[in-house]
Amino acid sequence: MSNRIGRQTVELTSKPVIIETASIVGVKEGEGPLKDYFDRILADDTLGEKSWEKSESALQRETAYLAINKSGFMQSDIDYVLAGDLLNQCVGAHYSVRDLDIPFLGLYGACSTMSEGMSIGSMLVDGGFANRLMCMTSSHFCSSERQFRNPLEYGGQRAPSAQWTVTGAGCAIIAKDGQGPKITHVTTGKVIDKGVTDISNMGAAMAPAAIDTLLAHFNETGRKPNDYDMILTGDLGVIGSDILVELMLKEGFDLRGIHHDCGKMIYDIEKQDAHAGGSGCGCFGSVFCGYIFNELKKNNLRKILVMATGALMNPTVIEQGESIPGVAHAVAIEN
Amino acid sequence: MKHEMTNKEYSDYVKKKTPNSKVFLNSLKAFISGGIICVIGQCILMLLKKCGFDEETSAGYTSIILIFLGALLTGLDIYPKLAKFAGAGTIVPITGFANSVVSPALEAKPEGMVLGVGAKIFTIAGPVILFGTLASWCAGIIYWIISLF
Amino acid sequence: MDFLKAFIIGGLICVVGQILIDKTKLTPARILVTFVVLGVFLQLIGLYAPLVDYAGAGATVPLTGFGYNLCKGVSKAVSEKGFMGIFTGGLTAAAAGISAALIFGFLVSIIFRSKPKK
Repeated sequence: MSNRIGRQTVELTSKPVIIETASIVGVKEGEGPLKDYFDRILADDTLGEKSWEKSESALQRETAYLAINKSGFMQSDIDYVLAGDLLNQCVGAHYSVRDLDIPFLGLYGACSTMSEGMSIGSMLVDGGFANRLMCMTSSHFCSSERQFRNPLEYGGQRAPSAQWTVTGAGCAIIAKDGQGPKITHVTTGKVIDKGVTDISNMGAAMAPAAIDTLLAHFNETGRKPNDYDMILTGDLGVIGSDILVELMLKEGFDLRGIHHDCGKMIYDIEKQDAHAGGSGCGCFGSVFCGYIFNELKKNNLRKILVMATGALMNPTVIEQGESIPGVAHAVAIEN
Repeated sequence: MKHEMTNKEYSDYVKKKTPNSKVFLNSLKAFISGGIICVIGQCILMLLKKCGFDEETSAGYTSIILIFLGALLTGLDIYPKLAKFAGAGTIVPITGFANSVVSPALEAKPEGMVLGVGAKIFTIAGPVILFGTLASWCAGIIYWIISLF
Repeated sequence: MDFLKAFIIGGLICVVGQILIDKTKLTPARILVTFVVLGVFLQLIGLYAPLVDYAGAGATVPLTGFGYNLCKGVSKAVSEKGFMGIFTGGLTAAAAGISAALIFGFLVSIIFRSKPKK
């Protein structure tokens, strides 16, 4: 186990490469500040399907095909697809990959699914178990509202701390060799629950998990925030990001200026009425596979740490009075 | 962690970090929009009375008309937009009850008529009818006991 | 004058709901249940009928009015039919409202479909 450098961190000596990505987002995301970086913007969030669950599967399927086409490989060249989403039993992913001819491993990490996929995927490649694989995730505002909150047409008000689930999907292809940014370290998070019960305040519920994973990463690699051009979290949003930066400072790590959050980047928070920012698997998925991958390829970013965070509750246990456990997985990427 | 917080400390800290809802502004909006819905109700009520219906029938038709409007505006996707502004101003009136009946049913259409629309139509209306009936039953027992003396 | 009274009383009842939502994190479904039960209770102790006399639709349109109606119905039924009235009074009085909500709710669900939000 020479690659294991700490309790939670592994070093990937063969440095698996992210050779290609694809991202598709919905209408609202396509009006946001990152609109020029996504591969495709939907004209219609239904994708012509009859239910929101089917729309989400279609979104993920289109993203998978797009990534495969862009990479120039065939489905037979890809050894695994690692995918997940927010729906019950991950049906968003299952009904999208049933049209693919690729061995499938389903993941559920809530909004952390993309970095969970990239963690496992890069370890599979580094261990020699796959030459090429794809990591994919999606979320859809309409199916998520239905799953986690109120009916879409229900006349409720959103709390100022509430986040808006991103309609979007991202797919990244990781390979043993090729051109592109390389994955060097993976720090796997523990499930952390600080007792937050307010489902309108996911950022605050997930921030402790992000802090825990970041501290583990810095301690076990000996790296400091300044070693990175950017530390990117998934969907902590305005409140969660604020908590992360402030509490990390107390621990002696200054993230100011280095930390960015996909949930804050994807919408113009004031103009687009996004309250505390974006959330959902597709938030990190589309921002990483769209904007961030592009910046890495252009060398505007050289060395970054990406860490999607997930809130691991469901509506049933929340009704039973349970609090919200969070998890965060960090992946170090460099050119 | 150097500064490990207990759950209690963290929850207090989060409370400090989380912006509060603007209660005063929201209440003002709820007051105006809820008031307007009641005025519309009053108009309908007075019109019906002018048409010669008695007090109780007019009140009944007023509820039915408002429920119809609430349901229709929900189907047209207008009610949730009003609600974003009005908050409780559109939840508390009977039109809000209609919205809470229609919205889960509308969304459950892909699951079919019986277990989709039929079951989900009661998601929010069910508890309202249940506890309303239960409360009236309790009140009935009290009225009945009083009637014995 | 009737309109002003309806506006003010109806508006104020909604303000109570808004404060409950913002301050107590009660979900809207719980607010609705609370209001109906509250209406029954207020009528039982004899407070709601005077409010209806004063404000008209301002007191009957909010969901507390639905509770008032249930309670008024049960009181009338008990005086007419005795014990059986405990069971029939509430829902009989609320029948028009519940039927209208279910029937229009069903028709609207059939005709329209859920739309994406921004």
